[in-house]
Amino acid sequence: MQTLDLATMPLREVNAQLQGQAPDTNQTHWVIENPRGGHAIAAGLTTPIEVTVKGSTGYYCAGMNEGATVHVEGSAGPGVAENMMSGTVVIDGDASQYAGATGHGGLLVVKGNASSRCGISMKGIDIVVHGNVGHMSAFMAQSGALVVLGDAGDALGDSLYEAKLFVRGAVKSLGADCEEKEMRPEHIALLTDLLARAGADAKPEEFRRYGSARKLYHFNVDHAGDY
Amino acid sequence: MCGIVGLFLKRDALQPQLGQLLTEMLITMTDRGPDSAGIAVYGGEDAFKLTVQSDDPAAFDGLDTALSQALGTPVEMRVISTHAVLTLPQEHEGQARAVLADRGLRLMGAGTSMEIYKEVGLPRDVADRFGIRAMSGSHGIGHTRMATESAVTTLGAHPFSTGPDQCLVHNGSLSNHNAMRRTLTRQGFPPATQNDTEVAACYISSRLAAGDDLGGALKGTLADLDGFFTFVVGTKNGFGVVRDPIACKPAMMAETDDYVAFGSEYRALATLPGIDQARVWEPEPATVYFWER
Repeated sequence: MQTLDLATMPLREVNAQLQGQAPDTNQTHWVIENPRGGHAIAAGLTTPIEVTVKGSTGYYCAGMNEGATVHVEGSAGPGVAENMMSGTVVIDGDASQYAGATGHGGLLVVKGNASSRCGISMKGIDIVVHGNVGHMSAFMAQSGALVVLGDAGDALGDSLYEAKLFVRGAVKSLGADCEEKEMRPEHIALLTDLLARAGADAKPEEFRRYGSARKLYHFNVDHAGDY
Repeated sequence: MCGIVGLFLKRDALQPQLGQLLTEMLITMTDRGPDSAGIAVYGGEDAFKLTVQSDDPAAFDGLDTALSQALGTPVEMRVISTHAVLTLPQEHEGQARAVLADRGLRLMGAGTSMEIYKEVGLPRDVADRFGIRAMSGSHGIGHTRMATESAVTTLGAHPFSTGPDQCLVHNGSLSNHNAMRRTLTRQGFPPATQNDTEVAACYISSRLAAGDDLGGALKGTLADLDGFFTFVVGTKNGFGVVRDPIACKPAMMAETDDYVAFGSEYRALATLPGIDQARVWEPEPATVYFWER
């Protein structure tokens, strides 16, 4: 296990070390100490290493992650795992706004709450939030799944494309063109797998599924005033 | 982008460290606002004082004597870099303001508890020139500014004070400030500058003057001010926070038995004593938080 201390080492050097690991590196487990809310910690990783961050992080932690496993033993600032391609990011505490935004793949787990715009414009990432999510979550979400064990804020899934949304608690309001949908066996299977991978103690049957009503996909002249 | 920090002490033990703690918090927010910085420090209840600013240190030469003669009462003066704190009987406030305006001095704030220091420059330099680290007090608010709505000048820097012992800092931009400026002017709370944030400060002052408590005044911003904002407000005995319903401007808070702290980012809170055991949370959108002593 390799330890990098942000109290004594500049962020750019820490990230350069992590980003410089070859795909077949033997140094597969890294610990980052004293993150103290720094920005872009463990961003841009492209090898399947494991990184444990001992504390809370600022903007864009694990952004653009490709294949690495990043575990934050604290809370994360705005844009955690933004544009993730693959791999796993786990946040023990809360995540600030737009967690997992635009993510193409991989799994983001938030063990606390995620605030506004969680999963905005997600494109294939799976996000499991053990607590609540804030307003405008999954706005324009295109594919992937957002699973919320707690409650969702206002305008969930506004202008949604084909992402699948699962909420166990209350939804304050649904956004435009988002509606509740039937939970079919394939959704129960998907949810079972995601809950297990996220270490979430919840039954798939307790969730409701929300998806796109697909009424905004095409221009409708009768609704010209609504656009 | 701007940076906000705030610290409200719940116990007296940390009071001698208020300036030191706030300065460290402010410096971590330098890259959110390198244009200018300011800080409001609330000490104990004291005599009435006016804080004024001048770019020319010679403007303070003999100011206390001249003001004493004009008001017919003793005036004490403490000059700190580009600022001077003038202590005088409160009944002479109006007359004193007229004399200071005639001499081309800029009023930063007025009250029995609050002193405001703000200047153009990097937060570290601003804090050093005023010796903020050595200041003690019960609560304080700081701001690092990246200007969007008006010029980079001392008067455009935050905190804005538009009422006795009241101050406000802002991260964001208001879109209805011109209309609100006219309304507040008619109501007797005219902003002195073209800055959007000062309009919000005048709004809070108008609501407090109308009898609202701090919570009510902050709640009013959600109905009457349009735009992006995270506001942190100080009063003689209070400290409040509110974010607009969209809440795209970042905000973090921390609370322990000793203090309540605000930072635009967790970075600003990371230097506080006991932060690892503190309750740390992101304030909810369109929700008022305030504490009073």
